[in-house]
Amino acid sequence: MKEVILVKNGELALKGLNRSTFEDILVKNIKRRLTHSVGKFTFTKSQSTIIIEPNEEDLDFEKAVEVIGKVFGIAGYSRAALSEKDLEDIKNVALSYLGDDLRSVKTFKVNAKRSDKKFPLTSPELCREVGAHLLRNIPSLKVDVHNPDIIVTVEVRDKHVFIHGNQIKGAGGMPVGSAGRVALLVSGGIDSPVAGWMMAKRGLQLTAIHFAAPPYTSKRAEMKVRELVSIVSKYSGRVNFAVVNFTEIQETIREKCPEELFTIIMRRLMMKIAVRLAERDGCGALVTGESLGQVASQTLGALACTNAVSTIPVFRPLIGMDKDEIITISRKIGAFETSVLPYEDCCTVFTPKHPRTRPTLELIEKAESAVNWDEMIERAIAETRYEAVD
Amino acid sequence: MIMSECYLDNSATTKPCKKAVENMLYALETCWGNPSSLHDKGIEADELLLKARKAVASALSANEKEIYFTSGGTEGNNLAIFGAAYKNRRKGNRVITTAVEHPSVQKAFDRLQNEGFEVVRLKTDPFGRVSKEDLYEAIDEKTVLVSMMYVNNEVGAIEPVEEIRKAVRFKNSPALIHVDAVQAFGKLPINVRTLGADLVTVSSHKIHGPKGVGAIYIRDGVKLQSVAVGGGQERDIRPGTEAMPNIAGFLGAVESLTVKESLQKLTKLRDEFTDKLRSVEGITVNSPDDALPYIVNLSLNKLNSETVLNFMSGMGIYVSSGSACSKGHKSPVLTAMGLSDEIINSSIRVSLSRYTTKEELDFFVEASEKALKTLAKRR
Repeated sequence: MKEVILVKNGELALKGLNRSTFEDILVKNIKRRLTHSVGKFTFTKSQSTIIIEPNEEDLDFEKAVEVIGKVFGIAGYSRAALSEKDLEDIKNVALSYLGDDLRSVKTFKVNAKRSDKKFPLTSPELCREVGAHLLRNIPSLKVDVHNPDIIVTVEVRDKHVFIHGNQIKGAGGMPVGSAGRVALLVSGGIDSPVAGWMMAKRGLQLTAIHFAAPPYTSKRAEMKVRELVSIVSKYSGRVNFAVVNFTEIQETIREKCPEELFTIIMRRLMMKIAVRLAERDGCGALVTGESLGQVASQTLGALACTNAVSTIPVFRPLIGMDKDEIITISRKIGAFETSVLPYEDCCTVFTPKHPRTRPTLELIEKAESAVNWDEMIERAIAETRYEAVD
Repeated sequence: MIMSECYLDNSATTKPCKKAVENMLYALETCWGNPSSLHDKGIEADELLLKARKAVASALSANEKEIYFTSGGTEGNNLAIFGAAYKNRRKGNRVITTAVEHPSVQKAFDRLQNEGFEVVRLKTDPFGRVSKEDLYEAIDEKTVLVSMMYVNNEVGAIEPVEEIRKAVRFKNSPALIHVDAVQAFGKLPINVRTLGADLVTVSSHKIHGPKGVGAIYIRDGVKLQSVAVGGGQERDIRPGTEAMPNIAGFLGAVESLTVKESLQKLTKLRDEFTDKLRSVEGITVNSPDDALPYIVNLSLNKLNSETVLNFMSGMGIYVSSGSACSKGHKSPVLTAMGLSDEIINSSIRVSLSRYTTKEELDFFVEASEKALKTLAKRR
């Protein structure tokens, strides 16, 4: 029996004349991800459905379904069996394809859609025929038209008939690449991968910027961040990963700035470098994993101080979320276990004992002015390493 | 025809392939760091470990996070069975297996039985296969574990493992599903998702890798109670510094697999072989025709298995009587299959590998004819 995947677009249907552009991006994204991790498939667009057929018989279909479940811009999808445009074949395929599922539930109904109006049976007739056949063969089954456990859908189209059970919920959101590119500041904790995932869900491509400070931070820490970026890339597609060497700047802050302002100054300098790298990479905004009040550097006052150095918008998708809500998403996307591996990162090196929670911009700018940072910033930017992660 | 050595006991163990040996040397001479060390020597070993994990995952169509290295099939089976049964004890008390399992499964269930679990052991037909109907019958809402081998190690029968998931769903059972795939791994294409198993055991030395290493697939989200405690390796499921030379060898073996091509080749080879065997008077083939082509169980009329084994060994042909793990015992598997004592006492297992040639099998047939002609028969 030949199996295909039917993808229903999400919000795309709402986008008026732009719809076909969005659809093209979505198809391109699905195609790239499937080719990358499973193999070659054929794509057909038809009436707000994308039909995905494996080109060879022994491709890993389960894996393909798993991959598609992670692609943004898909509201829902179904695994469907193909049948000939013949009532007997439709009945047989429905029973053999969905029999196991139907045997393990109590109620069902049949839903028929006929886009080929030349098909000899009307939709209600088709429902009746298929429903009766299933009832005859599975004695434990009952019809419930209001609240069925499984809806058996029979779609009669131009060339084939598709038969499938309940639709599976997709990853939702917008196709990545339909909204531009942003730069994610990624530390190695729980929050930043979640923030990146949330913005990718809205259709943004990602550049990820990581600050390393060897020897205060280890190669293991950097590997961990790369792994986190790779986990996010399963959803967002290829990420441009940039690693900035921050050692010189960090040592200078340690030496020249007041301890209680250390974290804020560090974050402002990170932000300054990030803006420059973002612009270089065509990013329209920065994204951080900050959540209000989570730590001293994420109070209202501290955020105002770091925000002041950015010349482009800073998105903070987690700003109003509780830690446990963030952890729930982190687990869902498969990042949590990697996030909690215990390696020192840039933000935890030289942490002050009593950081200032209500800094003023004036105070910070005064403390910063003791050093000429420009040259160090230029060096850090010039030495930034890039790699593609997916 | 003269052959110096004709190894036909590949279900007992296999000759390590070239890539496995090379990899082991690399792990012993160059990449010998501890994967848990933070420095570069450790990172180098950790990368090799990850590569091996990815290779095993890919061979099973799993994710690398679902693969845990063990010391082999026996440990993997123990870990899966005890880990699942103890973890799920509060959900129910009934555990299901078959009467033809490897001792590392059979005896694990013996222990569970002594500890108060209700153990059901499904019987097989004369070809060693469990029936779908018995399986559906046995599973209920109190069943917490179903453990079944993929391929029987004595006769090569392929068990209906894909039916377990359907049966468990149908019966609304909380049972975890364990598949002992030691004899199937690398020989049949295995996709853990379509298989529907929660736990799958595989071993390296049955696929031309070194002894002392294997892996267990634990489906993402499934929790086991670990048997040992230690320093957190293998995510605390199986702590202890990783056996890197063995794992590297396992990697080499997995990378050298040619599952589909070999299956095709072996099916042809086996079919010719069993045709020849059947044409000899006094030989009975005990394996079913649709068995895994890597295993052929047969009996030489009225000759003791051990006599035949010794006779063959003298000619440089290495086969086994029943399962090599339980030499000297009357095979409980063949007994469970309902074979006569006559057949069981003379049963010989010939097990092939992807390197086995037609000449070797012909040589075995020749030797069998000679044995039947010259050796003294039982009365």
